[in-house]
Amino acid sequence: MKIDRRDFLKLAGIGGIVFASGLVHSRKLAGAAEEDFFFVQLSDTHWGFTGPKVNPDSMGTLKKAVVAVNNLKIQPDFIMFTGDLTHVTDDDQERRKRLTEFRGIIRELKVKSIRLMPGEHDAGLDDGEAFKEFFGKSHYTFDHKGVHFIVLDNVSDPRSIIGEDQLEWLKADLKQVDKNSPLVVFTHRPLFDLYPDWDWFTRDGDKALELLKPYSQATVFYGHIHQENHQKTGNIPHHAAKGLMFPLPAPGSVPVKNPIPWDASQPYKGLGFRSVDVKGKGSQYAISEFSAKGERL
Amino acid sequence: MRLRLLVYGVMAVFIMISISGYPIAAENEQVIKITAKKFEYNPKEISVKKGVTVVLEFTSLDRMHGFSCPGLKIRTDIAPGKVNTLRFFPDKAGTFPFHCDNFCGTGHEGMRGTITVTE
Repeated sequence: MKIDRRDFLKLAGIGGIVFASGLVHSRKLAGAAEEDFFFVQLSDTHWGFTGPKVNPDSMGTLKKAVVAVNNLKIQPDFIMFTGDLTHVTDDDQERRKRLTEFRGIIRELKVKSIRLMPGEHDAGLDDGEAFKEFFGKSHYTFDHKGVHFIVLDNVSDPRSIIGEDQLEWLKADLKQVDKNSPLVVFTHRPLFDLYPDWDWFTRDGDKALELLKPYSQATVFYGHIHQENHQKTGNIPHHAAKGLMFPLPAPGSVPVKNPIPWDASQPYKGLGFRSVDVKGKGSQYAISEFSAKGERL
Repeated sequence: MRLRLLVYGVMAVFIMISISGYPIAAENEQVIKITAKKFEYNPKEISVKKGVTVVLEFTSLDRMHGFSCPGLKIRTDIAPGKVNTLRFFPDKAGTFPFHCDNFCGTGHEGMRGTITVTE
């Protein structure tokens, strides 16, 4: 079921801030969320990309976003990067150089609790080897204030799959989670078939969704498609984030997927990041979208 | 005697090949050999006849690639070091784009082609 922006804003009740489906903070393992918090999601920074017609400020956009996040009046509890940190290169050394530069830039973030995951541009050519050298595991879990977070890697295998080993790992992890507790899944690619012709899917994503199905409060945040998108599969909402290098067209809207050219009259249009308020007492998520330079949209 | 042995030998080889699963093009099948490498197929424009089974034989010249033609609902991995066979029956005419669906590098997005099915 697709949720368009108007429906989504109706759920929110106010423009700019979006309240998704309810989340009851009752996870047994980590305990209920006693207090509200928020995190920031940045995605698809594609450090190393060059293309003046698409983004003449390719060396500056990520840095502007870092400044914008640092300028938030209240700082988030943590920051999540949902993949494609760097732009693909066939050269292993160049990949490490880009990862090094990316790491240097995000070190300027005031918030030091930073979570990362790879996109296929970071990990699809070397099975995630370079990413792991820099940032550790490509799939993992963590708990924060009563919410269980799962980071899934659906990019290191170039066939766009999660793989049986990781699915077994997910199954084992979920066994320890109360079925009514808040659960957030981060992925790079969409787990569902958003638009397979453009590689906007995960070939075995249905298996992960089947494992998540019994969990009434599961929500997925992902990247990859360089635009906001909100859909539901069953009772699971899926929220795609904007990128920070170039926007892409809406799914299936043009015959061939190519970056949307830079609009000099509206620089940085379609680029940005989001904050996600986790409302313990209200049992809801609130998503706020920001431009790359930090204006609230 | 020699002739009989030769006939038996040929039959044995034929049976062994059949059991091994090695693709054998049946009569009237359209067999097309396609190579895949970063970041192109050769040939990238394929023409086949409607109503005649098609056998695509893919060989990768470098790394893992993919072949996906959503309009005809066919796909396969193209692993290096072997012939990757895909058999299908085109039952509708038209031109159907295909692309690499296994991420293969900087030019991945442009690794494309078309299959034209003629009446």
